[in-house]
Amino acid sequence: MSGPSTYQPQNGFLKWLEQRLPIGGLVHSSFVAYPTPRNLNYWWTFGGILSMMLALQIITGVVLAMHYTPHVDLAFNSVEAIVRDVNYGWLLRNMHAAGASMFFIAVYVHMFRGLYYGSYKAPREVLWILGVIIYLLMMATGFMGYVLPWGQMSFWGATVITNLFSAIPYVGESIVTLLWGGYSVGNPTLNRFFSLHYLLPFVIAGVVVLHVWALHVAGQNNPAGVEPKTEKDTVPFTPYATIKDGFGMACFLIFFAWFIFYMPNYLGDPENYIQANPGVTPAHIVPEWYYLPFYAILRSIPSKLGGVVAMFGAIVVLAFLPWLDSAKTRSSRYRPLAKQFFWIFVVVCVLLGWLGGKPAEGVYVVIGRILTFCYFAYFLIVLPILSRIETPRTVPNSIADDVLAKSKGRSSVASAVVALLAIGSLFAFGTQDAKAADHGNTPPSLSWSFSGPFGKYDRGSLQRGYKVYKEVCATCHSMNLVHFRNLADPGGPGFSAAQAAAVAAEYKVQDGPNDAGEMFERPGRVADKFPAPFPNDNAARAANGGALPPDLSLVAKARSYERGFPQFIFDFFTQYQEQGPNYIDALLQGFEEKPPAGFALPEGSYYNKYFPGHAIKMPKPLSDGQVTYDDGAPATLPQYAHDVTTFLMWAAEPHLEARKRLGMQVMIFLVIFAGLLYFTKKKVWANAH
Amino acid sequence: MGAAAFAWPLISQMNPDASTIAAGAPIDVDLTPIASGQDIKVFWRGKPIYIMNRTKKQIDEARAVPVASLPDPQSDQSRVKEGHDNWLVVIGICTHLGCIPIAHEGEYDGFFCPCHGSQYDSSGRIRRGPAPLNLAVPPYKFTSDTKIQIG
Repeated sequence: MSGPSTYQPQNGFLKWLEQRLPIGGLVHSSFVAYPTPRNLNYWWTFGGILSMMLALQIITGVVLAMHYTPHVDLAFNSVEAIVRDVNYGWLLRNMHAAGASMFFIAVYVHMFRGLYYGSYKAPREVLWILGVIIYLLMMATGFMGYVLPWGQMSFWGATVITNLFSAIPYVGESIVTLLWGGYSVGNPTLNRFFSLHYLLPFVIAGVVVLHVWALHVAGQNNPAGVEPKTEKDTVPFTPYATIKDGFGMACFLIFFAWFIFYMPNYLGDPENYIQANPGVTPAHIVPEWYYLPFYAILRSIPSKLGGVVAMFGAIVVLAFLPWLDSAKTRSSRYRPLAKQFFWIFVVVCVLLGWLGGKPAEGVYVVIGRILTFCYFAYFLIVLPILSRIETPRTVPNSIADDVLAKSKGRSSVASAVVALLAIGSLFAFGTQDAKAADHGNTPPSLSWSFSGPFGKYDRGSLQRGYKVYKEVCATCHSMNLVHFRNLADPGGPGFSAAQAAAVAAEYKVQDGPNDAGEMFERPGRVADKFPAPFPNDNAARAANGGALPPDLSLVAKARSYERGFPQFIFDFFTQYQEQGPNYIDALLQGFEEKPPAGFALPEGSYYNKYFPGHAIKMPKPLSDGQVTYDDGAPATLPQYAHDVTTFLMWAAEPHLEARKRLGMQVMIFLVIFAGLLYFTKKKVWANAH
Repeated sequence: MGAAAFAWPLISQMNPDASTIAAGAPIDVDLTPIASGQDIKVFWRGKPIYIMNRTKKQIDEARAVPVASLPDPQSDQSRVKEGHDNWLVVIGICTHLGCIPIAHEGEYDGFFCPCHGSQYDSSGRIRRGPAPLNLAVPPYKFTSDTKIQIG
C-alpha cells in the first residue's frame, strides 16, 4: 500500500496471478518489505495482538452461534448446553467471554500508547479517528454480546443502558421503544441484539482494514516521535516486526489462557449465572469492567441528560485530540510536563473504573465528580495549555541516533510484563469491588480438592454429596441442567453407565402424548434430566412459604461475596475461585436456633448467619446423623455440607477437570513457544541494534 | 426520495410488532383480594405495576407533605383517582435507571430502590436519592368499585 511494489514473483503461477490481481505485491509491500521504525518497543505489538483477538473472537463467535438460540426462554439454557454438552464447548465459550475482556485490555494499552507517544498528531489524525470509531463499535458489540447469555446482569445491564437513550429530550422514549421492539427489554430486543452482535465484528474488521491502510500510508509512529529519514532508521517488516509481534502475541496468549483455563469466571458477574428475571432487580447493577470508567462519569453528573451527554462526550472528545493537543513534539518522552500529566490521567481513568463499581452514594459521588472533572480537564484544559507553554527537551535527529543513544540494556520485555500484570490487577480491582455484597458475614475460606491449577474432584465426596442431594435437597430444589447421564461422565462422581441407568430408572418421568393423545409416566432414562420436585415455579413457591427454592444446577457459581482488597489480587495469582462453595458450605452450617437480640425475624423465616439479610425461608436442612454414609465417612453436618457443596460445584462446572488438565498442556506449550520466539527474535534483531 | 422510502420500512420494523402491541392491550385487575396495607404486582407490557391498598396512615402521610418541597412536585390527589383515594397504582420502575423498587420499604412508608438507594413515599413520589422523577402512574380507570382496567 505504500509506493510501487518491489515484489518479484519467482513461481510461474504467482507471476500469472500478479499480472491479473496484484495481491502478492500488496501483501509483500504491506507486510514484508514495509519499512518499520527500528526503535519500536513492545507497546507497538498490541496492534498485532488486537488483530489476533479480533480474528479469535470472530472464529469462536461464529462457532458459538451455531449452537446458540436467541430466545428469552431458551437462550440461557442454550449457553449452558454449549458449556456442558458441546464438544469443547466450555473452551469456546470461555475463550469468547474472556476474549472480550482481553480485547479491551489490549485496546486500552494500544490507546494509552497512542496517547503517550502522540500517535494522533499529523499526519495520523485520520488513523486515530478510525481507531476511535473502532473503539465505539467494540463497545456496542461487547455490550450486545453480554446480553446474549440472558442472565440477570445481561437483562438488567440491557435495561439500564437502553434507558440511557430515554434521556434525549422529546424523542427519547420513542427511541427506547424502537430499540426494544416492545415496551420493555424482551424477546425482540434479544433477537436484534444477536443479529447486530453477529454483524458488528465484520464492520469492525472493515474499519480495521481502513485503519491499517491509513497506518501504511502515514507510516508508524515510534517512541522517539521523529519520522524515519533514511534507510538506517527502518527495518523491513518481515522478519523484524513479524517476529517481535509474534513474541508479543505469545506472551499475551499466556495471560489470556490463564483466564480461559483457570479463572473463567473471575471477570464475570456471578449474577449472570441466574436466568434473567424481569421481576427481580439484582441489588447492584454493574456493567462489564471495561465500561466502568464511563459508567462512573454517567453517574457523577446529577442530571440524567447531562450524565448521558458526559458519558458519550468522554469518548467523542478522543476524536478531537489531534486538534486539542497542538504541541509540535510528538513523544511524551521529550515532554516533561505532558509525561507527568499523562500518568495522572492514567490514574484518573483507573480510579474512575474503580468508582464505576461502587454504589453511587455519599463520598463516592463527590470523588466521582472530581475525577470526571479531571478526565475532561486533561483533554480540554491541560493539553491545549501545555502545547503552548511547555518547553520540550531536544528530540533526537533521527531514529538511528535514538537507537544508538540507548545502547544500554533494554528492559522493555520486563516492563511490558510488569505493566500487563499491573493492569490485570488493576481491573480486577474494579470487577471485584463491583460485586458488592455488604450484608451477611464473610464465609470462612475453606480448602477444596478442586481449587488451584491441579484441582480435581474428590470422587468419594461427590458420591456422598449426591446422596445428600438426593435424600435432602431434591425434595424442594430442582437441578434442571444436570442429566442422569452426567453421573457417568468422566470427571464426575464416577458412576458406571449401568449405575447411572439404574439411578434414572428409579424415577418416574412424564412423557407423551402417546397414540391415544394422553400423557403417561415411564421409568427415567439416562438421557433425562433430574426431575424437578414441583411442576412449576408457582407450585414450588406455594409449597415453600412464598419463596422459590433456587435451581441448584449453577448455584455454586451464582453465589459469591467480596473477598476484599488486597485478597482478590492474590486470588488472581493463586487462582482462588471458591467463593461460591465457601458460601454454600457456610450457609448450610450457619443456621442458629435463636437470632441475636434485637434482630426481628419475620414470621416463617429462619435465622442464618451467612444469608444476606439473615432471614432465610429454608429451615435448617441438615443435621448430624441425618444421612447414612456407606463408606465410613463421619455422618456429621460439616461433612454433609462439604460433600454436598462438592457435588453442587461439579453440577455447576462438570468439565472442571478437563479444563484444568488441558490448561496445563496449553500453558506448557505456550511458555515453550514464547521462549523459542524470544530467542529467534533476539537472533533476528542481533544485527539491527 | 427512493432511498428514504426504502429506509422507512427498515426503521419501522424495529418498533413493536402486531403481536407485541396486541399483548400490550389493557388488562383488568380485580382489587377484592388486596387487603388494606397490602399490595400486588401485576405485569403490563412487560412492566411491573404496583397496586397498593393504602392505609389511612399512608394517605395522611402522603398528603401532609408540602408539595412545593418535593423534588418532583405533584399532589397525592393528582396521582390517585378521586373517590378511590386508598388505591395507588404506579409503574414499579425506578425513574433513575429502571430497577424495580421494593414496596413497603424505605423511610417514607412507600418504596425503596435497592440499586442506587432512591426512596419513594406512599404516593410513589421521589423523596430522596438519585431518581429525578416520581414513579409513573400508568393510564388506568375504575370499571367498577373493585375492578380497574390498566391501559
